[in-house]
Amino acid sequence: MTRLYSFHGGVHPPENKRQSLGAPIRQAPLPARLILPLQQHIGKPATPLVAVGDTVLKGQKIAEPSGHVSAAIHAPSSGSITYIGLQPVPHASGLESPCIVIETDGQEQWIERQPLTDYQQLDKQALIRHIRNAGIAGLGGAGFPTDIKLNLGRDHIVNTLIINAAECEPYITADDALMRERPDEILSGIEIIAHLLQPSHILIGIEDNKPNAIKALRDAIRARKLPIDLVVVPTRYPSGGEKQLIQLLTGIEVASGSIPADVGIVCQNVGTAAAIYRAVILGEPLISRIVTLTGFALGHRQNYEVLIGTPFSVLLESAEVDRSRMFRLVMGGPMMGISIEDDRIPVIKTTNCIIAATREEMPPSPPAQPCIRCGMCEQVCPASLLPQQLFWFAKGREFDKARHHNLFDCIECGACAYVCPSNIPLVQHYRFAKSEIRNEEAEQLKAAQARERFEARQARLAREEQEKEQRRKERAEAAAREQARKKAEAEQADAGEQDPEAELKKLKTAASIARTKLKKARDALKNAQEKGLDGTDKLEATVLQLEQSAQAAEQAWQNATGVQH
Amino acid sequence: MTTIVTAVLILLLLALVFGLILGFAAVRFRVEGDPIVEQIDALLPQTQCGQCGYPGCRPYAEAISNGDAINKCPPGGQSTIEALADLLDREVVPLDSEHGEEQPKTVAYIREDECIGCTKCIQACPVDAILGAAKQMHTVIVSECTGCDLCVEPCPVDCIDMLPLPVTPTNWKWPAPVSDPNLILTDRGRGHLLQGGSQ
Repeated sequence: MTRLYSFHGGVHPPENKRQSLGAPIRQAPLPARLILPLQQHIGKPATPLVAVGDTVLKGQKIAEPSGHVSAAIHAPSSGSITYIGLQPVPHASGLESPCIVIETDGQEQWIERQPLTDYQQLDKQALIRHIRNAGIAGLGGAGFPTDIKLNLGRDHIVNTLIINAAECEPYITADDALMRERPDEILSGIEIIAHLLQPSHILIGIEDNKPNAIKALRDAIRARKLPIDLVVVPTRYPSGGEKQLIQLLTGIEVASGSIPADVGIVCQNVGTAAAIYRAVILGEPLISRIVTLTGFALGHRQNYEVLIGTPFSVLLESAEVDRSRMFRLVMGGPMMGISIEDDRIPVIKTTNCIIAATREEMPPSPPAQPCIRCGMCEQVCPASLLPQQLFWFAKGREFDKARHHNLFDCIECGACAYVCPSNIPLVQHYRFAKSEIRNEEAEQLKAAQARERFEARQARLAREEQEKEQRRKERAEAAAREQARKKAEAEQADAGEQDPEAELKKLKTAASIARTKLKKARDALKNAQEKGLDGTDKLEATVLQLEQSAQAAEQAWQNATGVQH
Repeated sequence: MTTIVTAVLILLLLALVFGLILGFAAVRFRVEGDPIVEQIDALLPQTQCGQCGYPGCRPYAEAISNGDAINKCPPGGQSTIEALADLLDREVVPLDSEHGEEQPKTVAYIREDECIGCTKCIQACPVDAILGAAKQMHTVIVSECTGCDLCVEPCPVDCIDMLPLPVTPTNWKWPAPVSDPNLILTDRGRGHLLQGGSQ
């Protein structure tokens, strides 16, 4: 028997599990419409592979993962796609999100299943791809795509595989029912996970309030050769938290900000193990899950095998809900679940429980009173945080300080709010602070992106301006060169007297100009002499000079013509 | 006498040595740019809207480091003013309404039927978030739009709207818990003003 360790804090809320364990798992009715949100897991939403009007078969892939952290979605039943668009989804905000809606035809006609019964002979990557294609995401509640946890690569050596069967939250019995009725599916799934991870030991952690499930698992383990330790842990909420269960079973505390794989541990939920078995051995993708329907407003409180995408309203009707008595509809458990207003929302991969509670069962919470600093929250916090400090920081909007007090290690289990004598909705404060911080971070990221784009644009504009300037300069230079070339040509023509015709013409013009000038000068001289003006001697000199130049020009022209002819 | 001379010489020598070290350090470990400008720029929202009167966030950051007022950024709002006051050790002042009011975040949306493809908005966008070509329809890349509304003014057919960012489950925020006004048990049902007259 393995040694049992302990984790800090924890509470013992009333279990309320018995009322849903009276009957075996029942098949939920096939709804007329199946609503499949594209985002049912942590990571990026899946990308649709079908269009409105397409006919799909049961198990056909209708959306594929987009990116590394994402999961595929399959048609839970045969029918036709009637709508792809916004629909109300199970989310705390109550908002709408993109979904694929299938109108079922009632035929339940399967697509050809592709089991991998000989998976031990297969390449591990091929097996992981098969699991990824089956759209399996953690069924315990968080919905982390399972293939990533199984494909850790060389930088993580896994020595311990922990199967989470604790199911610590009150009311929920989905895993309990699965373990009672289908222990072999779970163990086959564990075998597949163990084949992929090759851990040196495998632990199943289960709370001691499930004796029937413990017995069923123990019998099933005995029939197999696998070295599995079934560790029964005392019932204490939240022993089913991943980090809490790891500490409970191994004594190792997973550090803040790191994942279990960093200390060589991988944790999987029993439901996920069964889903892996179905995907690999039976070739059935994840299209259904077990959901606990409970609460005193229901006629039948029991576990249902539900197709993913089944609207809550169909399940409630099937469980014979008394709507006049239903005061509150909760998705998830009473500690971590969320109240929902709209019962048209569908079951998704992470929906483990629906509680239709009466007023007596879940009365409206009494008003919050001032914190009296009793310190009880600190004593029950399973993450060893200081809930009171975090409360002050969240209330005073001192988010930086809240972060420094490890707000993000809070698993929102609600133990602090459960024990608070002042009824302060502590988890709501933490959720508020967390989303404010996340939003601020997203905005900072966007600002950095905007800065980058702005700077890139500025650089581009500067470069374009410079290029324009460069081109202008080049054009100016080219024009200058062209002009210089023309000038040089003209000069060359002048100097070389290449053209005798032109030369002759020039000489002729020069001679005639000289003659005209001479004539004008003579006229001026004659005029001056007639009028008896002063300075005729100067004019005489000019005339003499002109006579000479005219003669020279005439001579030059005569010579040229002589040469020519 | 010699002691004084020795002392003076030693001090001179030391001054020279340290001067050389400092001089070397000044060259070797030279800080490019003004670090305070970087820090201020990191606090600004990078909308690049120019409502502060400077062509972009960085020029305003430079202006602040040279002593300009810290309350000229409407997109950043009061939280940015507080962060800047904290960084620069200045007084927190209310937003200067001359430069605009703090408004909820919006993104530009082009009514694509009416777009004539003039590319004027593309030229105005400081972060290149509008896609299109001459005589082709333009569209805004929503994830890149900072909501600066600089594209609205140049549009000749007024086909650009500034719409508030739609709330989806991805960007939805948990609301802050409100305290119940019915705190005093014996006082319940009274004080209708406090309860908004709903009961």
